Amino acid sequence: MAGWLIRRTLFAFATLWAISMLSFVVIQIPPGDYVTSYIAQLQSQGTIFTDVEAQALRDLYGLDQPVILQYFRWLGLMAQGNFGVSFEFNRPVLDVIGDRFLLTIVVSVAALLLTWIVALPIGIYSAVKQYSIGDYAFTFIGFIGLAIPGFLLALVLMYFGFVLFDANVGGLFSPEYAQADWSWHKFWDLMQHMPIPALALGLAGTAFLIRIMRANLLDELRKPYLVTARAKGLTNNRAVLKYPVRVALNPFVSIVPFVLRDIVGGSVIVSIVLSLPTLGPILLKSLIAQDSFLAGTIILLLGVITVVGTLISDILLVILDPRIKFEARGG
Amino acid sequence: MATLAAGKRRPLLRVHNLKTYFFPDEGTVRAVDGASFEVCAGQTLGIVGESGCGKSVTARSILRIVEHPGEIVEGEIRYLHRTDGREVELDLAQISADGPEMRQIRGGEIAMIFQEPMTSFSPVHPIGSQIVEAIRLHSPLGKREARERAADLLRQVGISRAEARLDEYAYQLSGGLRQRAMIAMALSAEPRVLIADEPTTALDVTTQAQILDLLRQLQTDLGMAIILITHNLGVVAEMCDTVVVMYLGRVVEEGSVDAIFHNPKHPYTRLLLQSIPSLYSEARVPLPTISGAIPHPYNRPEGCPFHDRCPQFMPGTCDRHVPELQALDERESDQLVSCFLYHEPTDERA
Repeated sequence: MAGWLIRRTLFAFATLWAISMLSFVVIQIPPGDYVTSYIAQLQSQGTIFTDVEAQALRDLYGLDQPVILQYFRWLGLMAQGNFGVSFEFNRPVLDVIGDRFLLTIVVSVAALLLTWIVALPIGIYSAVKQYSIGDYAFTFIGFIGLAIPGFLLALVLMYFGFVLFDANVGGLFSPEYAQADWSWHKFWDLMQHMPIPALALGLAGTAFLIRIMRANLLDELRKPYLVTARAKGLTNNRAVLKYPVRVALNPFVSIVPFVLRDIVGGSVIVSIVLSLPTLGPILLKSLIAQDSFLAGTIILLLGVITVVGTLISDILLVILDPRIKFEARGG
Repeated sequence: MATLAAGKRRPLLRVHNLKTYFFPDEGTVRAVDGASFEVCAGQTLGIVGESGCGKSVTARSILRIVEHPGEIVEGEIRYLHRTDGREVELDLAQISADGPEMRQIRGGEIAMIFQEPMTSFSPVHPIGSQIVEAIRLHSPLGKREARERAADLLRQVGISRAEARLDEYAYQLSGGLRQRAMIAMALSAEPRVLIADEPTTALDVTTQAQILDLLRQLQTDLGMAIILITHNLGVVAEMCDTVVVMYLGRVVEEGSVDAIFHNPKHPYTRLLLQSIPSLYSEARVPLPTISGAIPHPYNRPEGCPFHDRCPQFMPGTCDRHVPELQALDERESDQLVSCFLYHEPTDERA
């Protein structure tokens, strides 16, 4: 197990390295660089900018050097904990990101937990009571959930949250806590703002997981070990919960990284709509501005969330299912 | 005769006119359609028949674990339930399938082992935890005592390194060991009736013999009644005291193992016995087979269910009347047969 874990972690780092390279290269591909878009922005405001000044800016940030060199310089800086400077915000990247990384994780985990908590019982119910009215109802709601884009749902939820509950919608904090230091009150405030983002981000994944759980469990309910468990004298419900559900959890866990990826990736538009202080909105901004250090760092961090999520789910799988051999999953 | 002597005792389990039907959307499947038999302590009853004749559904009906859309629609399953040191006759067909009494009996007094020991164990729980669960369901033992008892059970069924095996998973054991572990689990509450549903079908011949030996020895030691469900007549000849032959959910013949093998009456039983390969049969002569195939469950023949495959079919009788299981003659009450070769039609259906 230890060897497998080390190997698996090394692979995770290799994946992250590949992501860092790709992300840095991809944001360099569009013609021009940050200075080009900076000048364009200034000119649109009527400011005259000379070539000499532009060149000075480029020298300052090393933008004239080959991409490879810039990339390695960035890697070297990151190794020292320095993620470079955001041109757009004119501040160190770490300052710009600040709490946003943590909040992104909190929002993603909340959405994922909601997905699990809702999908598991409904999936079990739908399988055990296959073709019942409840099963059809959940199937119907589930397909609607799959079909509605998260940002649209976010808008609808905000509307009803505002009209029905007079809730403070949008953002993750009430105004008085937005700039405050962390405290229990601020945390509680955060939790109160969590339902709408978690629902908007988690709905599609929930609907998907319900379908997966239902299909898995239907397969497992036909296995002879359920008959064995009942023949021992367990009640039907206990036998179902202890054995088939337990076996059906396996694929349920293995698809979590994909759900997590969708939540993290899909959070950009939803975050903008809900004006969440997460990584999504500033990622979009930095990509438009060709703010390479900021964009590269954010893409890397999103990669970290996904890769770590996958790693955790792989470890969980090995714990859940003794049939999975460490060796076979090493690669 | 052993069966005659046994017949004087009060049977542990008496199944009378059991009917278990399935009601899928497409129609009704009469999986078990009037099965009757009984078994005494220390005795082995064999239930034989082709695939789909209702053997397994009969077993599941006794344990009340017939799956939806199946249902017991008629008949009695009289069982001598032991409670507070007394024996009370209970009709298992009438009590609640998931109620406390039935759960006490199921796994506690009537246990079952299955055909496929690989898939009959959960793939993700250690063997030991599954046996411990069975033990603790029917006794007040604590976790540690139950684990010791589980190891004892494994030793009792001839598994070496019992302590270590408890932590292994089904896929880590060989087929024979898995079936032994399955038997150990079934024995965990010292059942009075053990139903073995094709216990050796998935095993190779050497292992089969070992498992059968084990079952026989356990029966001698524990005095259980065994109901052995199989399509293997060799196994029946070796193991059973009495035999029930089933066809399409009905018992067509019942008797002592001697009577069934040496003096079969029902044409179906005879054909079954003729289709066994023998050391003495002539080489390169095809084995006799039973012509035709089992009718489709939605399309059962009228009258005697076997009439369209029967070599002694009597037009006008067999296809119009349904035979009843009756004693061959008044004096010899231990061989019963359901065939118009031996009885006049009694029902009025035409």
